[in-house]
Amino acid sequence: MARILSYRQALSEAFRQEMERDPTIIMLGEDIAGGKGAPGDQDAWGGDMGITKGLIGRFGEARVIDTPISESAFIGAAVGAATCGLRPVVELMFVDFMGVCFDQIFNQAAKFRYMFGGKARTPVVIRTQIGAGYRAAAQHSQCLYPLFTHIPGLKCVVPSTPYDAKGLFMTAVRDDDPVVFFEHKLLYDKAKGDVPEAPYTIPFGEAAIVRDGKDVTIVALARMVHFAQDVATDLAKEGIDVEIVDPRTISPLDEETILDSVAKTGRLVVVDEAYPRCGMAADIASLVAEHAFDDLKAPIRKVTPPHTPVPFAPELEDAFIPSRARIADAVRSVMRA
Amino acid sequence: MTTGLQLSRDKLLEAYRRMATIRVFEETVHDLFESGALPGFVHLYAGEEASAVGVCSHLDDDDRIISTHRGHGHCIAKGCEVVGMMKELFGSSEGTCRGKGGSMHIADMGKGMMGANAIVGGGPPLACGAALAAKTLGTGKVAVAFTGDGGSNQGTTFESLNFAAIFKLPVVFVFENNGYAETTASSWSVACGDIVKRAPAFGMPGVQVDGFDFFAVHDAAAEAVQRARTGGGPTLIEVKLGRFFGHHEGDNQSYRGKGEVEALRRDHDCLHRFRKRVGDAKLLGGGELDAVDAEVKALVERAVAEARTAPRPAADQLLTDVYVSY
Repeated sequence: MARILSYRQALSEAFRQEMERDPTIIMLGEDIAGGKGAPGDQDAWGGDMGITKGLIGRFGEARVIDTPISESAFIGAAVGAATCGLRPVVELMFVDFMGVCFDQIFNQAAKFRYMFGGKARTPVVIRTQIGAGYRAAAQHSQCLYPLFTHIPGLKCVVPSTPYDAKGLFMTAVRDDDPVVFFEHKLLYDKAKGDVPEAPYTIPFGEAAIVRDGKDVTIVALARMVHFAQDVATDLAKEGIDVEIVDPRTISPLDEETILDSVAKTGRLVVVDEAYPRCGMAADIASLVAEHAFDDLKAPIRKVTPPHTPVPFAPELEDAFIPSRARIADAVRSVMRA
Repeated sequence: MTTGLQLSRDKLLEAYRRMATIRVFEETVHDLFESGALPGFVHLYAGEEASAVGVCSHLDDDDRIISTHRGHGHCIAKGCEVVGMMKELFGSSEGTCRGKGGSMHIADMGKGMMGANAIVGGGPPLACGAALAAKTLGTGKVAVAFTGDGGSNQGTTFESLNFAAIFKLPVVFVFENNGYAETTASSWSVACGDIVKRAPAFGMPGVQVDGFDFFAVHDAAAEAVQRARTGGGPTLIEVKLGRFFGHHEGDNQSYRGKGEVEALRRDHDCLHRFRKRVGDAKLLGGGELDAVDAEVKALVERAVAEARTAPRPAADQLLTDVYVSY
């Protein structure tokens, strides 16, 4: 029988099950319980989105650690602890905050294994929120995963469904490399789906074919997967049969599934909520242009935000985020070509 | 607590051996670099030996340290193998890091050496992590973050001092104040004058020691390490010292005072001071120390000879060890 959970519930369940399984897993971050040292409620927030609520009651404050707002210190501490026998899961509340602690991620965690000649393991998971649509404007709304994907030594996970969120998190926390786990803040409650209760893992580097189709391949990530599905349903009425590929992890990237899909459909639309320059849309477009040019019946199209910060005014933010209408237009345009 | 002058003869000889090894290693690297034998950059620790050895003499292989770009001395003090280190400086596949780290990233996790670190201020958060792991796992181990006066001004360092204090982590912050961050004087860049004055602001004990005196460093570190091991939380130690060479090899050092380096070598050589102290106290004889000097010289000569002809990394090593699995 199907068990429908939200993305939020799936993640919370994954955290709890993994912490029960492995006592070396600890969690750190700002307000992941909340109320530390304050006179009122403890576990007041359970993370700013409530994803880690209840963990401190179950696992205690030695394993669920509220930190001061000192991202370099606590992310660096998670990285250091990972080299010393723990499997820390550390929360960078919003990916936008990477600017204050990026060194510990890209120069330290990402490089230990290579710099030290293969003689280090750094099993740390950095969880962080991405995404616009929350009316939170330029410093709380970005999808900066391309910056992390650029760095050798990091693995980057961008789940779009509750099922993937749970299974990919379980893979992440059991992995021996540093993993950055990007959670789209608009999916926590809006994405719902069947999630098995028993623990399971989803291998990194295996894309999901979210919808089978023969005419056009859409590659999309996170919230854009859901937009693509809506568009595919609409375009089916126009006789356009869309295939949707969700890479799920962008480092490693399942190039084969993308190339196979384009070989079948001959058309590619890449939809990404991250900025257009040097991003995943450009990366995937270049992959296909380099390796599958002869399969293409039409030019590749990218649907991304403009090269601007995320605006505040709702009508501007809505115009920033790739819309279903823009995605549909892109698909129609490659069908005409 | 055993003070430095109460150490056994074996321990005193070992301390001298490590300090002398650092000195000879660094003087040799200086010559090698000048001759063009070494690729890249090297930052030499000569003159500062008493700090690394004074602190690390309280640590075992399961205690962790993290170092700086000036890391050779911390490696040797922590027990890293000298021939492998020299091979690493040459970029050999038999180097400590198989030729992929080089001088600025030498690490040996098996010796509790979490790496030299080429990012100023990069180490203190990582040392907090090692200490957090020790505390969480109940191992009784400690972590030491070696940082310079330059790194003392980094935000990462301030964050780490606060973080360590609120969680009472078993960590010791050792600030080796050699007077210069590259070319910039710490007397100018540290607003409160002495780095040690920052300790009370972060709610931890602080002590300033003469870094040319092994025994002063040893005794300050003994107290700090014991405090960390017994749940007393972090300590800040400011070690005042000086480097015999430039920031990096090739630095013309025109920013230093006239005669400054000569005076350092003449009046503040930690090896000379060690010899005098143990001689005056009749703890070790000059002949024993001379024998150590000869052994150390032979060891470093062998390291260079082996490193010059050591195997080079195969081309496929470019692509290995980016990940455990991918």
